[in-house]
Amino acid sequence: MNSLYTYLFLAALLFSLGIFGVFQRRSLIGMLIAIELMLTGASINFMAFNRFLAPDPIVGQIYTLFIMGIAAAEAAIALSIIVAVFRRLRSINIERAQELRG
Amino acid sequence: MNSVQSLIQPQVLAQIGFAGVVALTLTGALIAVFPRNILYNVLGLIVCLTGVAGIFVYLGSPFIAMMELLIYVGAICISIIFAIMLSRPLHLSLPKRRLPKVGLSLGVGTAVFIMLSAIISRTEWQPAAIRSSDWSVTTLGTYLLTRYDLVFEVISLVLLVAIIGAIIISGYARRSTS
Repeated sequence: MNSLYTYLFLAALLFSLGIFGVFQRRSLIGMLIAIELMLTGASINFMAFNRFLAPDPIVGQIYTLFIMGIAAAEAAIALSIIVAVFRRLRSINIERAQELRG
Repeated sequence: MNSVQSLIQPQVLAQIGFAGVVALTLTGALIAVFPRNILYNVLGLIVCLTGVAGIFVYLGSPFIAMMELLIYVGAICISIIFAIMLSRPLHLSLPKRRLPKVGLSLGVGTAVFIMLSAIISRTEWQPAAIRSSDWSVTTLGTYLLTRYDLVFEVISLVLLVAIIGAIIISGYARRSTS
């Protein structure tokens, strides 16, 4: 039960749920939440390889920390863009943000 | 007390805990993706990330689990909730779900999952020949300041640029519209 495959399948499930969420949602915040799910799946993968396969069990932890840092930066930028879009269009629906359409 | 301890083996307890953590993660992820109400999504994300922190404990790294709780649940989810408070009221009527779109995205998600699980189950995973057993936070800090020094600095720079960029983007939007 507590084997590499369990963690890998769990991470794949989280990742594909994130992809499903990104395609299905129309609200920008919902898409951001789905992207966070995908990043979490990736860090579970790193930690599982770190625990079961890697020669040096520090490297995976460091990568997971870096993923968390990237996720924090991405969330800050995405939320400020969402606030700017909302101020301009009075909506966070992705299908209203069509000003660049030719 | 002793009879209870002999009745419940530690391994069984650990397995029950692991199943609970996995169930927490999966229910949280489902709640984070499916309901229409955006606040339920964030609460589901919090549940899911708490479960993932538990999984990191089972993977042997309580430090990363604490960081997961601190950064994801404590910082990212709270700032998402702030953004929700800025957005439109939730009691307004929601537009209808379009079934073809949901079906198509469900198809894409299932295809990605099938592909990933095929890759996972067909690969022969080989553990490294020599594996160090040093999991301590001390070594992690040493590595961060020696071998991964450059990446550490770059991440700090990225975070700084992200913070300044977030302030500028939301500030300029206010000046130009109102």
